[in-house]
Amino acid sequence: MTPTIPTALDTRVKSAREALDAWVREIVSWHFDPATGCPFWLDYAKRLDWDPRREIRGYEDLGRLGYFQDEWLRGGPVRRWVPRAYADRPVFIFETGGSTGVPKSRISIDDFRTDYEAFSATLPDEFFPRGADWLMVGPSGPRRLRLAVEHLAQYRGGICFMVDLDPRWVIKLIKMGEIDMAERYKQHVIEQGLTLLRAHDNIQCLFTTPKLLEALCEKVSLKKIGIKGVFCGGTEMTPQFHRFAVEELLDGVYFAPTYGNTLMGLAVHKPRVPEDNFAVIYYPPAPKAVIEVVDPDQPDRVVGYGETGRVRLTTLTREFFMPQFLERDEAEREPPCELYPWDGVRNVRPFSRFQSKVVEGVY
Amino acid sequence: MLHIPLLRYGKPYRSLDVVRVPHYRTREPFVEISQANAGLIRRDLLDLDGTRQRLANFPSAELLKICENAAELFLDSPLPLGDGVQTPDDYVQQVSATTGLPYVLARKNMHKIHKVMAEMRAVLGGLTRNLDLTVLDRGFGTVAGQELSFFARGNSLGVVLPSNSPGVHSLWIPAFALKVPLVLKPGSAEPWTPYRIIQALIGAGAPPEAFCYYPADHSGGGEILRRCGRGMVFGDVGSTKLWQGDSRIEVHGPGYSKLVLGQDAVGDWEKYLDVMVTSIVENSGRSCINASGVWVPAHGAEIAQALAERLSRVVPRDAEDPEAQLAPFADPSVAERISDMIDSQLEGATDVTAQVRGSGRLATHQGCGYLLPTVVHCPDPEHPLANREFLFPFASVVEVDEAEIPRALGPSLVLTAITENQKLIDRLLASPFVGRLNLGAIPTNHIQWDQPHEGNLFDHLYARRAFQRAMAS
Repeated sequence: MTPTIPTALDTRVKSAREALDAWVREIVSWHFDPATGCPFWLDYAKRLDWDPRREIRGYEDLGRLGYFQDEWLRGGPVRRWVPRAYADRPVFIFETGGSTGVPKSRISIDDFRTDYEAFSATLPDEFFPRGADWLMVGPSGPRRLRLAVEHLAQYRGGICFMVDLDPRWVIKLIKMGEIDMAERYKQHVIEQGLTLLRAHDNIQCLFTTPKLLEALCEKVSLKKIGIKGVFCGGTEMTPQFHRFAVEELLDGVYFAPTYGNTLMGLAVHKPRVPEDNFAVIYYPPAPKAVIEVVDPDQPDRVVGYGETGRVRLTTLTREFFMPQFLERDEAEREPPCELYPWDGVRNVRPFSRFQSKVVEGVY
Repeated sequence: MLHIPLLRYGKPYRSLDVVRVPHYRTREPFVEISQANAGLIRRDLLDLDGTRQRLANFPSAELLKICENAAELFLDSPLPLGDGVQTPDDYVQQVSATTGLPYVLARKNMHKIHKVMAEMRAVLGGLTRNLDLTVLDRGFGTVAGQELSFFARGNSLGVVLPSNSPGVHSLWIPAFALKVPLVLKPGSAEPWTPYRIIQALIGAGAPPEAFCYYPADHSGGGEILRRCGRGMVFGDVGSTKLWQGDSRIEVHGPGYSKLVLGQDAVGDWEKYLDVMVTSIVENSGRSCINASGVWVPAHGAEIAQALAERLSRVVPRDAEDPEAQLAPFADPSVAERISDMIDSQLEGATDVTAQVRGSGRLATHQGCGYLLPTVVHCPDPEHPLANREFLFPFASVVEVDEAEIPRALGPSLVLTAITENQKLIDRLLASPFVGRLNLGAIPTNHIQWDQPHEGNLFDHLYARRAFQRAMAS
């Protein structure tokens, strides 16, 4: 048998993995240390007959903590998630879900800034010019996007104009069969966005959701009105939408799709190449987050590259530790690439087994 | 694998979003269908006004000629299908593959569609009450000394179509001849017929831009109905409820078609057994014009017994068998659910076919699930199965006091009344709940194409305006 010679990518994948294992040890030490950790994990550790700080030596060992349950994030006391090391720092609370019942809450101090500053580095200055102003048209309110997009704009030297859309109301309207009212609400949001675009010449960058992007482009050519780059996220994005946006909506305006997630952070889209045929491929901000694709019936088994499975997220920051959370999404597992030498995901969409229970709104 | 693209103003477009529909028997993927995203539909439909104007510029006589020529192409010629070609035999086999319809029934439906296109002049005559169509060309005209002017109520007709039977497509074709562009969302299991009709019309000289064809999910269908000036939607009560109050949309739900025998005729019921059987079983009971009820003032048990004896002879056969009368359910679990529902509501009524057959209505043939024809005898009109409609040959024989007819019947898309009792006839003529009234022994599924169907398409698409002139034409 001919021995396999490691490629440069193999080497980088190996290094990334080593960095992840080292980061896992650091984060576990932090969250399970009585001086720095948060009450939730310190209480959790008391119920274990082993010490995570000693026995978790790398990413694979996180499985010993079991799957992170989303119920843990619903309801209070929310301060149980604040690390003791940050007890004196101002704390933000970001919510996800919540169209019915109690939303999931995640505390944040600086993570959203760190994430979006890292994301900023992936945006080409030609299309997201430094000093240009931004328009954010989408769900703000209790969501991380409220502050994150504004921080991104400010970090790049711009000012962010905001138009809010309340997705919980949209979902309610759809469930009530009030489709026309949902449409009128969407138009109300779009009209506010258009007014700002027409009034402020220096708005050159846009954040919005796929459906709002479609609705904006029905009214105006974003290119003609001065937009150079669009950062798009917030809901599922299909390859067909990606293609439609690039070929028919944007007329050369740069398109940066993202897979944002309040619990995990912001996953960056792999730059578009023809052979990907508009597949929407995301890579997490390693080592602070890991996205895996697992067998839905055996969620400790990662599926093979190209295979479909349920998305499993892990968040590893000093502010928030969330090991192996089974998301309500499915995707194909994507191999590491030059730019991101760790696993990614392709074509994330709502988990098909839950589909009848999930209503995607117009936002 | 076969691929069916979208048609965006007649131009094929292969979407990255596809749905694979299985063959009903093998369950293996049979055809891949491009799916339109809702945003694409919305964006395309911004251009409908111009398309309507260009189609309106075609003289009606030319559009009628195109329909006549298209009829022959539809029936006899190879036509484009995606990147390939579809012969008439391919079409029959493909319809059968995804809907389960036996070849013989697919062919019958094919002839029905052919007839509508070939006789479009007569169809429009029926819809317009023999209006001289040059009135539509000019926008006004004089007919029998009276000035007339019509305007289109909308720039297009959007249609959300079902999968139950190809014959239903005959309903929207006249819109083309009436100069109204068509935006079609085919049923998920029956993409074939609207695509072939469009190709036949284009092949005969129709401007391709007159046709948009968007296989899509429910949200895509909703966009079509919201964005087109006029619409038609086919579906069950639940899926069409949203559109019931929208005057732009013609809702085609269950037909609840029936036969009624008056007191004066019911003694001779045996003479009408063939009409009853035909009304119930033709086209495998899949049409809204199939009878789902036989309402009689007497002899209910005997009629139910005789019908059951006749209908229990109808059994599943191979798709290729010229004697085949029954279609299987492409999804066998649907058959099971329907059968369970009937059984759960049977108390107080009798499944006479089950007694005659000595077995239940679920059957398997070549690995496929069928529902065998079912006749239920209901002693009174209030029974939960008295006024129901299912996607297979099912009929309730209901005993009702003649004086209660038509009040007790509820809405009926087609009602065949076998009676010479003028009082009963008068009551039926006065009823707003009868869509099509057949007086005499006419099967409910017998269609005369110069008569409107479930609303008048011309009235749906056009309105008459008051018009006076004091100038030379």
